Amino acid sequence: MSSVVARAIRAGYRERQVLRGVDLVAQPGELVALIGPNGAGKSTLLRVLGGLLRPSSGSVTIDGTDVTTLDRRSVARHVAVVPQVFETLFPFTVREIVALGRTSRLGPFGTLGADDARAVARALDDIGATDLADRRIDRVSGGERQRAVLAMALAQEAGVLLLDEPTAHLDPAHQRATLDRVATLARARGLAVVAVLHDLNLAAAFASRVVLLADGAVVREGEPGLVITAELVGRVFGPGLRVVAHDGRPFVVPEPAVTVERRARAG
Amino acid sequence: MRTVTVFALLAAALVVSAAAAVLVGAVAIAPADVLAALFGAEGTNGTIIRELRLPRVLGAALVGGALAAAGALLQGLLRNPLADPFVTGTSAGASLGAVLAVAAGLEPMLVPLAAFAGAMAAIALVWRLARLGGRTTVLTVLLAGVVLTSFAGALVTFVLVSSDRLALRLRAVLGWLQGGVSVIDWSELAVAAAVVAIGVIGAILLAPRIDAYAFGEETAAALGVDLDRTTAAVLATTALLTGAAVAIAGLVGFVGLVIPHAVRFLLGATHRRLIVASIPAGAIALVLADLGARTALAPAELPVGVITGLVGAPFFLLLLVRSRRVIV
Repeated sequence: MSSVVARAIRAGYRERQVLRGVDLVAQPGELVALIGPNGAGKSTLLRVLGGLLRPSSGSVTIDGTDVTTLDRRSVARHVAVVPQVFETLFPFTVREIVALGRTSRLGPFGTLGADDARAVARALDDIGATDLADRRIDRVSGGERQRAVLAMALAQEAGVLLLDEPTAHLDPAHQRATLDRVATLARARGLAVVAVLHDLNLAAAFASRVVLLADGAVVREGEPGLVITAELVGRVFGPGLRVVAHDGRPFVVPEPAVTVERRARAG
Repeated sequence: MRTVTVFALLAAALVVSAAAAVLVGAVAIAPADVLAALFGAEGTNGTIIRELRLPRVLGAALVGGALAAAGALLQGLLRNPLADPFVTGTSAGASLGAVLAVAAGLEPMLVPLAAFAGAMAAIALVWRLARLGGRTTVLTVLLAGVVLTSFAGALVTFVLVSSDRLALRLRAVLGWLQGGVSVIDWSELAVAAAVVAIGVIGAILLAPRIDAYAFGEETAAALGVDLDRTTAAVLATTALLTGAAVAIAGLVGFVGLVIPHAVRFLLGATHRRLIVASIPAGAIALVLADLGARTALAPAELPVGVITGLVGAPFFLLLLVRSRRVIV
């Protein structure tokens, strides 16, 4: 059971200030979706939460420890980051990739022990990839590779899981399966999950809470229905996105300009 | 099982190729006489075997193993099979260090250390240049390597031509710039072997952290790798291995490029296994290349770099074509 609390985060790169005082909380078992237009600071916030970018001010506390003061190895035991899936040229097997999740727990001679083997086997099982374990990572499908890197992060056995656009490059069925799996694991294990999502409908379907960022600040946060509203979506993302209610959830429908004009004329 | 088989085959091949390289040479010596010479028989045969052929075969093995391990380290750090000490300019830096040490009249024993210093300076410079854009790309590393290689090569030529030390001229003839295994004496070999041993231990200890670079530096950091420290340690280890190799053999190209790639094909990508297997594989390759260099045009001798270049350069181009979409 872990939680992450970020307070008054200001951060950026060289001269460019990206985050201007952001607060964010993810409780155990929760999947928090970070949404917002390109350049809003979503990925930067995720990097700060993962201890990969030091904020210029503010704090990130995980289970009561300020992670901005910890070394890399200790941070990695508290927070796992699921990377966007890139190609690797090297023929690692899926099991070897998952075992990378144990890097922060390597022994003094760089060896893995029985605990590590168990964690790897469990992570493979969690995402239903045990039968993929001995396949080469450069020869599995995109969806399978996504599952492998998710298992890698799970093998880290950290209480906080961060995902940066985990569904980019996946077809709709795999997008759904990935987020469903993550949300289920979060509830079952009490993980605090923060995911950057571009797709507002996926955020509405799977997130327990949504945080809308724009220009480096939180515009609103709360249940999906309170954040993904016609007024806010129009203001933050721009025109052409119609928000309708569907099955008790907000549903965002992109519309071509002609449709928008016709609707406007109709009054 | 596959791993055990591959290691057994490598060990057997290393023994066979080393034996062949001791048995065959410009002067024909009967196998029985070679054996007698190895166990201390006096006379010309004894001198040829114990003072010329044996140190040279051991030197070639050491150089091949060190370059292959260094190549595996660099490829892992850049997660790209196009890197090795030669194409990154590390070897050129080492050769400049070694040539300056000889020109300054330092003890032969100190040459590997001077070569290490040169290699370290070169790889640190290349890395700095490649990082200017923010992230390290293989293309910039290779470009910086090309520039550094020709700059260091120009300096080496300048020193070789302007110096009148006999030792330097002798070694230049033996092909510092083209690559040629030349072991002046056992003490030099011993120092180089000690340097390589330290490098190998470092490489084996660092290997699991290099695995974590599989998806790039950001992911390695997220997995718990201290990037600055690990990168510095890997580069220093590469420089140790390269420095020792260049001190003995000058600029031998492509061993560090081809061998890890071939071993990866057989044993997979995990770096500890890759490095441990690349060492005997590199040793075999260079012992055989050196045997070819000594015998192909006997009694004339080819620089061993000619052989490795003839085999390695086309291989590099093949890799370049195949991995084009990932290097920039």
